[in-house]
Amino acid sequence: MSSRCRTSLLVLAALALLAGCDREERRSRGNPLGEAALGEAALGGPRVSTLQPGVPIASPPDARAADFEENAYAVSQGQQLFRQMNCSGCHAHGGGGMGPALMDDRWRYGGTMEQIVASIDQGRPNGMPSWRGKLTPQQMWQLAAYVRSLSAQPRQDVLSGRAESESATEPPTLRSREPMVPSSAAGVKGTTQ
Amino acid sequence: MSSERSWRVSHAVLAVVAIAIVAIGLIFLFTRLWGPRPPHTTEPPLRAYSGSTGAIAPRSAAPADDGQWTMAAKNYASTRFAAANEINTGNVGKLQVAFTFSTGIAKGQEAAPLVVGGTMYIVTPFPNIVYALDLTRPGAPAKWSYRPKPLSAAQGVACCDVVNRGAAYADGRIFFNTLDNRTIALDANTGKEIWDTQLGSIEQGATMTMAPLVADGKVLVGNSGGEMGVRGWLVALDAGSGKVAWKAYTTGPDKDVLIGAGYHPFYAMDRGHDLGVSSWPPEAWKQGGGNVWGWISYDPERRLVYYGTGNPGPWNSEQRPGDNKFTTGVFARDIDTGAARWFYQTTPHDLWDHDDINEQILLDMPVAGRMRQVMVRPGRNGYVYVIDRGTGQVLSATPYGYVTAYKGVDLKTGRIISNPAMEPKEGRVIRGICPAAPGMKDWNPSAFSPLTGLVYIPHNNLCMDWGSFEANYIAGTPYVGADVKYYAGPGGNRGAVTAWDPVHARPVWEIKEDLPVWSGALTTGGGLMFYGTMDGWFKAVDQRSGKLLWQFKTGSGIIGQPISYRGPDEHQYVAILSGVGGWSGAVVSNDLDTRDATAAVGWGGVMADLPKKTTAGGTLYVFALPH
Repeated sequence: MSSRCRTSLLVLAALALLAGCDREERRSRGNPLGEAALGEAALGGPRVSTLQPGVPIASPPDARAADFEENAYAVSQGQQLFRQMNCSGCHAHGGGGMGPALMDDRWRYGGTMEQIVASIDQGRPNGMPSWRGKLTPQQMWQLAAYVRSLSAQPRQDVLSGRAESESATEPPTLRSREPMVPSSAAGVKGTTQ
Repeated sequence: MSSERSWRVSHAVLAVVAIAIVAIGLIFLFTRLWGPRPPHTTEPPLRAYSGSTGAIAPRSAAPADDGQWTMAAKNYASTRFAAANEINTGNVGKLQVAFTFSTGIAKGQEAAPLVVGGTMYIVTPFPNIVYALDLTRPGAPAKWSYRPKPLSAAQGVACCDVVNRGAAYADGRIFFNTLDNRTIALDANTGKEIWDTQLGSIEQGATMTMAPLVADGKVLVGNSGGEMGVRGWLVALDAGSGKVAWKAYTTGPDKDVLIGAGYHPFYAMDRGHDLGVSSWPPEAWKQGGGNVWGWISYDPERRLVYYGTGNPGPWNSEQRPGDNKFTTGVFARDIDTGAARWFYQTTPHDLWDHDDINEQILLDMPVAGRMRQVMVRPGRNGYVYVIDRGTGQVLSATPYGYVTAYKGVDLKTGRIISNPAMEPKEGRVIRGICPAAPGMKDWNPSAFSPLTGLVYIPHNNLCMDWGSFEANYIAGTPYVGADVKYYAGPGGNRGAVTAWDPVHARPVWEIKEDLPVWSGALTTGGGLMFYGTMDGWFKAVDQRSGKLLWQFKTGSGIIGQPISYRGPDEHQYVAILSGVGGWSGAVVSNDLDTRDATAAVGWGGVMADLPKKTTAGGTLYVFALPH
């Protein structure tokens, strides 16, 4: 093997390592992530219903969604908040209890990052409290990223390898990704139990 | 002329009087024959079986049976015994469905139906609809329904499904609680609201799920929220006006707990000044739980109200060093003032959510050769307590299942001895704690039969793993601080029904059930005991042997309270609400994911098979012999 070949291998390995770093990227300049204009986002807001009269109009995704969801730091912050803010008291470690399960493929009010943030922010009429003013928008995005990790939605390398302490649940890295609620009937697949 | 007129006038007066007399007579006759008849006692002469333990229910608290069912526990003694014997061990095999009624709500149906005269009353789980069914007409169609419209958000603070345990009837009124903390009185004939009293707020995490008890013109109600850091209380409302007559908190200073000069607990550990404050870390009593969400009994001779208090909050015991008065214990209070007469703390400094809200069955029975007036309490902590209901002295405390959490009860000090090896510590998982947090028995009440003198206890056989962590108090959210998971105890059966001899403090027979038994029990003068299973079987067994004599598969799992009554046609009926849910059945009624063993605070794994065995529902089933 020539030295050039070795060098290029090294460069490739270094590039691969660097590429892996983005899962832990943290921005230290500008406004804290997610702080800006949640109100604005809530106004335009994610759609909770998949039904639009006539021809559906696509909604552009919120740019912040990917920033949080593909970030291991955001997911782990969300995991801490999930217990500290007593989310786990109602949703357990994803299996649910007083509140619905969050690790399955059913989402009453939508399972996208934007929809989960909207549910946390606004609350929902059958018992989900509204956390606006009690959590910062950044915390809501972090929580949403963690909630999505319960059904293994984010890419594998940002999922937590550890379940919450003392829990009898498997860590998200060992879970299979649940199909999301499809936006068109064509994508629906039934399940048998 | 004038005399003739006066003659005519007097004749007219006479005629009017005569017509009035005839009319009154006719009305009297009519109402006697076709109008609502006052209930009459048709209790057949009760003859105890030979070999009866000798325990009986006091007549003052368990009067002769009039065929009605006016309160969840049948009577103030809470016997759940219907004297009728038309349906009996010989013919129960022929029992068949008389009619059904869908409540329209597919959540846990824990309520006892009531029967007053020719009407049956049902309260549904949230949204707490009250139905009045006309038993005098074929198929028992609804006469009226009442919708209290509780706040939808209340569902988010109800710890263990959105259940309701039933209504109470007294003096032409139906009393019941709503999930959003209201007690409501309705006219039993018309369904019109008479009063509606708001007693708590869901923003603090409070709900109300228990069945009221009405005694001496007072409606006794308590709050739920032991998993939300809600401060528990019992309130007496004036039955006429709905105004609060007295309110007794479980925690806090003596003036809040209504502890005064008349308070004489039997044991030294329950005596002292402001124990509801000093047995807690500073301020912790304000969110210390001790909720009153279970059963109340009443002794009319002593004019004392008896009830148990719930678990302290949070579950994590390291956050609340001290005895945590007056949680997990039994109170005796004066009905007129609410003043505490005595208190006995069954489980000081509760370590494992061994809530003590279980029923107290008032009995008179021989203890050490002389008749004593007692209460029998099958406790969540796994012990059947026999307590002198005058003094609060514990006469016996005996395990009725497999216990590793405790080593016994010291009858000198009254204190239960917990097993130090099982004590939770933050950052550690303790395994093999029995009974589990739902207890040897949860809320579902036992029944007593004067035929056998036995108490029939529907219960669990569950153990658990427990890991404590620090709980944050955020008002209106869960305040628990423990990750738990339950599993079957020795034998592998998750439930059992035990026939218990309270006099000799021993089991007589036991039925093992695969699933936890979350339904109440009913005993009848026909020698039968009824209960239901979480996969939907409604069963009748022989009180003497436990032998299964009849069973019927209902549409959903049973977690309700069976009752028996005499219909307008003078025949005996048995009724049960079918509809799985509650804490143990939330896996089905809330559609939980059982891959998480901690779902529904510990039930996820142990109930993983329940969705395959039953589906959610909400249907009343009423049974009778063919006639």
